[in-house]
Amino acid sequence: MDYAIETFDLSKHYGGLKAVDKLNLKIEKGEIFGLLGPNGAGKTTALSMLCTILKPTSGTAVVNGSDIVKEPAKVRKYIGIVFQQPSVDDLLTGRENLRMHTLLFGMPRETRKKRIEEVLSLVGLEKRADDLVRTYSGGMRRRLELARGMMHNPTVLFLDEPTLGLDPQTREHLWKYISALARREKMTILLTTHYMEEAELLCDRVGIIDSGRIIALDTPKKLTAQLGGDKIILKIKKPHIAALKKLECIKSIRRKGEILELVASEGGYNLKKILEKAGQVENVEIKPTTLNDVFLHYTGKEIREAEAEGGFWQRMMNERRA
Amino acid sequence: MSEIEGVYAVWLRELKVFTREKERVIASLISPLLWIFAFGTGLGSVVTTEGVNYRIYIYPGILVMTVLFSSVFYGLYVIWDRRLDFLKEVLVAPVSRTSIFIGKVLGGCTTVMIQTVAVLIIGFFIGVPMSLDIFLKALLLLFLISVALVSLGLSIGANMKSPEGFMLVANFVMWPLFFFSGALFPLSNLPSWLSSATNINPVTYGVDAVRGIVVGVQHFPLWGDIGVLLLLSLVVIAIGTLSFRRMHD
Repeated sequence: MDYAIETFDLSKHYGGLKAVDKLNLKIEKGEIFGLLGPNGAGKTTALSMLCTILKPTSGTAVVNGSDIVKEPAKVRKYIGIVFQQPSVDDLLTGRENLRMHTLLFGMPRETRKKRIEEVLSLVGLEKRADDLVRTYSGGMRRRLELARGMMHNPTVLFLDEPTLGLDPQTREHLWKYISALARREKMTILLTTHYMEEAELLCDRVGIIDSGRIIALDTPKKLTAQLGGDKIILKIKKPHIAALKKLECIKSIRRKGEILELVASEGGYNLKKILEKAGQVENVEIKPTTLNDVFLHYTGKEIREAEAEGGFWQRMMNERRA
Repeated sequence: MSEIEGVYAVWLRELKVFTREKERVIASLISPLLWIFAFGTGLGSVVTTEGVNYRIYIYPGILVMTVLFSSVFYGLYVIWDRRLDFLKEVLVAPVSRTSIFIGKVLGGCTTVMIQTVAVLIIGFFIGVPMSLDIFLKALLLLFLISVALVSLGLSIGANMKSPEGFMLVANFVMWPLFFFSGALFPLSNLPSWLSSATNINPVTYGVDAVRGIVVGVQHFPLWGDIGVLLLLSLVVIAIGTLSFRRMHD
């Protein structure tokens, strides 16, 4: 089987810090694959190497059948990239930005105009195409970048945090565009994100990445199913943890002050049993488990907490100090 | 073919961005106007240099100064482009860095020429012996100077990370190039230290050539001036291309 992207011990080190550590991925054609992890986990570094902006320290990858180290020019021709930071020119109009891209990518003259109209309508920007990007909202800019990324019919599209900093509504809109595009244009999409919902709703498969390593990889459903239950959140002052541990249905217990977080199989059914053993419970909540719980399961911390640690630069500083 | 289209794309972008930022055009004209009218007229009322009224004498110098300052400052936009990640989009395109650099240089030269034409037109109204012939010859020379100096600005921009750092280095480079160029004084009868400083300054030869064309006062042969400018252009273009290749690696 030919993969759209296959990496072989792909690594990037900055001094002693392993930003990406022996990454091995196989991404199938037509798949939407998400790299999920906190800021600084190495997602952007991995993506930058795959789109040939950054040279790996060791290892390599094959994108579309071309080696990223040996044939970067060949790789570039067939990939589209949407960067984390806005990279459309705001003193140009939407259409001018796209036109510039057709020139830079040497697209045949005859197809340029048609393709520009096509992608503009795909992302719903036809009416604003001749306005300066300066006047666009954040969501519109992202859509324009998306349009530009797939302008030259790439077979693989890289999206680095495609909905970063957007409001929830715009984000959902963008997800719809992205998945519609992937189906329609038959593209493979690799995206990075630190939003759980994004990975859950948009991606066919998710690789959870922490400190430069993939710690779990599967479909979002299977990843959460692995935990084997529902999440039960109890507010309780003096929990009887030892008693809870004896219950067969309890998969994991985590205590944060007055809050006790449990993962229990068939949470609704077993709730009564749990409440009997737990102690003086003030409040109960049952939720389905999310990818955040998966992250928690593997790393012992939540994605949010991992971010509070300061991400990449913090890791870098710690490395220096050590 | 696609390389030429790449050059064209970058050039077109620079031109459009420039014309849409009116402040940039207007701001760039203020300092030449001040030099010509305030400084030139003020000293010109008492000073005649090499048989020419001082205001007219420094006019070619101010033309070169306009090119010098606009060209070098143009390099600052590389830093903004980088901050906005705009340059990344260009750098991942299947177009060589050399083409991107050439597109940038041509874009810069075009914008600098737009400003220079404005200062050249002023020449018609302040008693400079202007004609269409002189106008075109001067423009050609100034274009050659701007190729070298835009490349210089871009080289600085490609090697600096912050706008503050760029300003520091640019000022450190521009002011000596301007003051030691003979833009404001004749090259004859200088003390030997100043004479050596002007002789090693490539901008001197630009000022000399333009002054020769516009005012008819010249110290070096024209072919010598042009030779120095061509050589300088080649050297700085090479440095600039290398700096662009190294970016983002």
